[in-house]
Amino acid sequence: MSSANTDKHLIYLDNAATSWPKPPEVAAAMAAYLAESGGNPGRSGHRLSIAAGRVVLEAREAVASLFNVDDPFRVIFTLNATHALNTALFGLLQPGDRAVTTAMEHNSIMRPLRELERRGVEVVVIPCDTAGFVDVDRFQHELAQGARVACFQHASNVSGTIQPLELLVTAARAAGSYTVVDAAQTAGVLPIDVTATDIDLLAFTGHKGLQGPPGTGGLVLGPSFDPETLQPLVRGGTGSRSEFEEHPNMLPDRFEAGTPNGVGLAGLAAAIDVLTKRTVRRVRAEEQDLTARLQLALAAIPGVRIYGPLDPSLRTAVLAIRIENVAQDEVGLILDEEFGVLTRVGLHCAPAAHRTLGTFPDGAVRLSLGYSTSPDDVDRTIEAIHHIATCAPHPPNGLDAVGKHLPSASEKPL
Amino acid sequence: MSPSLPFSLGVVVFHTTSAAIKADKVLRQANLSTKLVPTPRHLSSDCGLAIRFSWTDLERIVGILQGNSVETAGYHEL
Ligand SMILES: Cc1ncc(COP(=O)(O)O)c(C=O)c1O
Repeated sequence: MSSANTDKHLIYLDNAATSWPKPPEVAAAMAAYLAESGGNPGRSGHRLSIAAGRVVLEAREAVASLFNVDDPFRVIFTLNATHALNTALFGLLQPGDRAVTTAMEHNSIMRPLRELERRGVEVVVIPCDTAGFVDVDRFQHELAQGARVACFQHASNVSGTIQPLELLVTAARAAGSYTVVDAAQTAGVLPIDVTATDIDLLAFTGHKGLQGPPGTGGLVLGPSFDPETLQPLVRGGTGSRSEFEEHPNMLPDRFEAGTPNGVGLAGLAAAIDVLTKRTVRRVRAEEQDLTARLQLALAAIPGVRIYGPLDPSLRTAVLAIRIENVAQDEVGLILDEEFGVLTRVGLHCAPAAHRTLGTFPDGAVRLSLGYSTSPDDVDRTIEAIHHIATCAPHPPNGLDAVGKHLPSASEKPL
Repeated sequence: MSPSLPFSLGVVVFHTTSAAIKADKVLRQANLSTKLVPTPRHLSSDCGLAIRFSWTDLERIVGILQGNSVETAGYHEL
């Protein structure tokens, strides 16, 4: 282990950026892939190539079953959610088309859409309330004006706000728009049924809630989505139809050119196996309890402001907070250096979301719990934040009594 | 195991290598003794992997692959 993480009591609350630590099964599967099945999947007919191809199929089937799609070839592997969202948006939208999105989106949606806008696509951004929920009436109203694509996140990487997915998909379907759902923050965190919800395109990443390695992710094509309506982003070698210079149309090859990340997919398959055994529902229940505990305790600390929904069932295990009278980057630094609590401070690649929440341009401190967060981690984080808030130079709300009480880091606050 | 020759072999070819590998998996789960092989060059095929099998198993194989929605690009007797 490197010196960065040998300190005892490291509390990793940056799972919304990437989950850590990964289950040991993930590293084991990746090591085994490199040692035992290191051929190029689907390219050559020899045993190592076939072994690698089997690992990729296993990963594809694991993802298909997790999101409830019958045909594993409707799972297209990409580098990450960003790559999947770019595939969806650039593949569906042409100059003159209209796209509807929300004011909570990550730059992995906003930036492709702004580029498409420059090329002549009309982009409509639906406002959200201060808790991050999209205005469903406005959303429906704009879709009714005609839109080729409705593109939105399942949950926010800043405030954890969970959008009403079924409602939004149903509205888009009724209006005849394709749905592109960004599940970067919810894959492996909330149950997602692509078939029952009738989503057209679901983008996910492997390295967050799924507990897999970076460099894995994908685009899931819903059962009623016609793949021919989506133009591939990348064309090249597939190991099939090699006699032709035109890119093939068959799934998954239509959207997968170039050597896949076999070693990463071996890790992803192992991660999903661990997750499926533990079950997404159980992981969600545990994370929701811990988040509720954290939220309740932080809400009671004077000078701490929490953003996003109050109801823990309407948020993922992501909390954005600010401590009054302390620079937010300073909070992040103190949490790391003095308390071993690792968070992410700033704008979280989501300026639109911070504008909606009212935290632009200063940003916020994001605490994101995960698979391996313990109740003790949560309690020690509460203590740390209590300490920082009560040590703030100007005690907020004139609460001098609180300001004078400066607990040591080991003292239980509430 | 008898019989030895003459019994004829067949190959089933696919549009994608992903389909070939999936076919191999479901056939093995059904305990059929099939084998993934490079596609014989004389069969102009979409993909470099094919499955070789005993021609007497043809019907079962067609049934299993159809039952598992594995798309094929044709069956050939060798
Ligand atoms: C809401 C949201 N969408 C998209 C992404 C992009 O994911 P990735 O960086 O894995 O492409 C992230 C995370 O970075 C995210 O939080």
